[in-house]
Amino acid sequence: MNYITIINNQTIALSTIPEIDYDTFFELNTGFMIDHAERHCVNYFGYKTGDKIKLICCIADDDKHEIYVSSCLYDNTSVITAFTSKLLCFEKYEREIHENFGINYEGHPWLKPVRYPFNRFDQLKTIANYPFYSIESEELHEVGVGPIHAGVIEPGHFRFICNGEQILHLEIQLGYQHRGIEQLFLEKKKLLQKVSLAENIAGDTVVGHTTAFSHIWESICGFEISGDIAFARTLALELERIAIHTGDLSAVCTDVAYQLGSSVFGRLRTPVINFMQEWCGNRLSKGLIRPGSNQFPFDKALADKLKLVLDEFEPDFNEMCKQLFKLPSASSRFERTGVVSYEDVLSVNTVGMAARMSGLNRDIRTSHPYLCYPELQHQPIIKHHGDVYSRVQIRKSEVQQSIKYIRKLLENIPELNNQYNELKTPQADSFAIALVEAWRGEICHCAITGKKGELLLYKIKDPSFHNWMALALSVRNNEISDFPICNKSFNLSYCGHDL
Amino acid sequence: MLDNIKILFHQGKQFIPDVTKAKVPGIFRGRPVISCEKVDEVKLQDLCPVAAISIDPVAIDLGKCSFCGECAKQFPDKIEFSTDYKLATNERDRLIIKEGDDSPIEVNPATVRKEIHSIFGKSLKLRQISAGGDNSCEWELNASNNVQFDMGRFGIEFVASPRHADGIVITGPITKNMAEAVQICYDAVPEPKIIVLVGTDAISGGIFENSPAIDRSFLSKYKIDLFIPGNPAHPLTIINGLLDLTRKK
Repeated sequence: MNYITIINNQTIALSTIPEIDYDTFFELNTGFMIDHAERHCVNYFGYKTGDKIKLICCIADDDKHEIYVSSCLYDNTSVITAFTSKLLCFEKYEREIHENFGINYEGHPWLKPVRYPFNRFDQLKTIANYPFYSIESEELHEVGVGPIHAGVIEPGHFRFICNGEQILHLEIQLGYQHRGIEQLFLEKKKLLQKVSLAENIAGDTVVGHTTAFSHIWESICGFEISGDIAFARTLALELERIAIHTGDLSAVCTDVAYQLGSSVFGRLRTPVINFMQEWCGNRLSKGLIRPGSNQFPFDKALADKLKLVLDEFEPDFNEMCKQLFKLPSASSRFERTGVVSYEDVLSVNTVGMAARMSGLNRDIRTSHPYLCYPELQHQPIIKHHGDVYSRVQIRKSEVQQSIKYIRKLLENIPELNNQYNELKTPQADSFAIALVEAWRGEICHCAITGKKGELLLYKIKDPSFHNWMALALSVRNNEISDFPICNKSFNLSYCGHDL
Repeated sequence: MLDNIKILFHQGKQFIPDVTKAKVPGIFRGRPVISCEKVDEVKLQDLCPVAAISIDPVAIDLGKCSFCGECAKQFPDKIEFSTDYKLATNERDRLIIKEGDDSPIEVNPATVRKEIHSIFGKSLKLRQISAGGDNSCEWELNASNNVQFDMGRFGIEFVASPRHADGIVITGPITKNMAEAVQICYDAVPEPKIIVLVGTDAISGGIFENSPAIDRSFLSKYKIDLFIPGNPAHPLTIINGLLDLTRKK
């Protein structure tokens, strides 16, 4: 066998991942994915072992609920053929590997820097001299925006090439938020420090990233979670989805100058995040999720409160949605704006909402189930037009779906487990992977441990990693004035990308 | 039209009438109160993920604290986080809470620059810079201006350009990749101007304190006018902090 088959949240001995030569590695992994829309690459990365670089590729099969892991030891002397030459979705991974280790690829269109990490291979490349694509022309002009934007948001630079008001091309340059998180995971030795890091990967996806980290850690330590922990995490993931989707609907309304929708959705988010604070003391759920323990037990009193919050939330939310979607001035801004085709999302390898908007069924909750999702029999919400309207519709439907799931979960609150087993020490020389469907889409964390069970590598892939490219494609041939609404309808993470 | 009025009616009254006296719902990790109880201090100090706890006497530095609450959970007799959300001050030392200390955290009027009251007392326009912020403090800064908290009623608003601003608000530990942009933005703000740090990451670096990817040299060049702790800072902490700084008592 050239690869090993594992499932979500599984830990295996590092030595069981077959090590194959690069040509076989190339044929195997591209072969997995060509003409297989149900398979996608959840992570592909390299790390140094001695003076060689080990490449590990993880391909998920959504129909069979399996992940195929293979590896290759590369001595960094010869030029190798890029996966990108056959499958475009690998371009970002290979740019990252090139940026970190200086591996030279042939058949890659442009090995541009990804995020300018502090430990990059070529220190002469700096964020100030990023090589933008440009077109020589008398008729065209460029518009540069950022890194600091007009609103209270994170930094990133957008470079538009426009023909009059029409966007021909958008290039998104990131890296301003790079804090060296992956390296800090190895340096911070206390578990609580690692959890704090996971909470800080992206402050709007605290539950998603912390859940992924907890699943990895529990898997490496051989810890089985009890029903009450699974319940609390599922509940928190769905509440986070409701809160952020509602906030996004508010932001989309702001960008089409619909004041009523902006205010109403904006205020509707508050009771949901205030409930999180009543539960765990923090509006963005920091402190709620910890590996191997249930920090804030969910009891009957909280359940009654949550039911009340949802009972008040739902009619107001539905009423506002109904009004928004029958408003011609809003629909005319949403429909056929920022379209990304099915072919494009497939070739970019987008995940989460940015895949489901164009008919691509990517939802870890069904394809690689975890926590309480098998019992909830989750059905992904799929739209087909790939425009702003589809993305807004998905948000509306997912909020309603999450409310349904929460009501179902609340019917049966599991008994509190008073005797948690202690977390054992992490297994040595292991590889673990965890996939979580957060509100934005699939989060993938991978960990590799060394001889004493210490972390040798921690690799994070936020859904935004690929989805930024979908935003860049969506604005082509749109008016530049429609950029804000396209951007908000994706609402991607800068810090999750830059790490 | 009728539908719109119906929707407006269904929202009821959302705004918080007095943001200086509002109560936060449920549990909240605000200003800690440390008792004089004898505990294993070394264990307590070692527990903290961000080295915010010092011993002999026991003290918590809210500029470093990530408000995870683990110390209060393991030493409930020693440390308790109160629901007091007024945490902002203009002096870094005032963020250090010592054992037996249960006095409110306030801005020290004696050390506030004179022009702040006279020029920014009735109107303050701020330019926010996220420099490695994880988007949680940014969310709460935005929430400060929503219909519930409505900071705009005090004439405090965020503006798009540093040219229109009276000062900058920094969130995040300031990454190397963002350091130059922070400086350029600050330079573009006309004098007199203030600097406000929001969130633990901005005040001390938080969990990123010793990361090789951050560059905090900007902060050592200027006087910081206001520290607003939190992870993220609560909208009530932000609003009360800014009011405490700019309004004459």
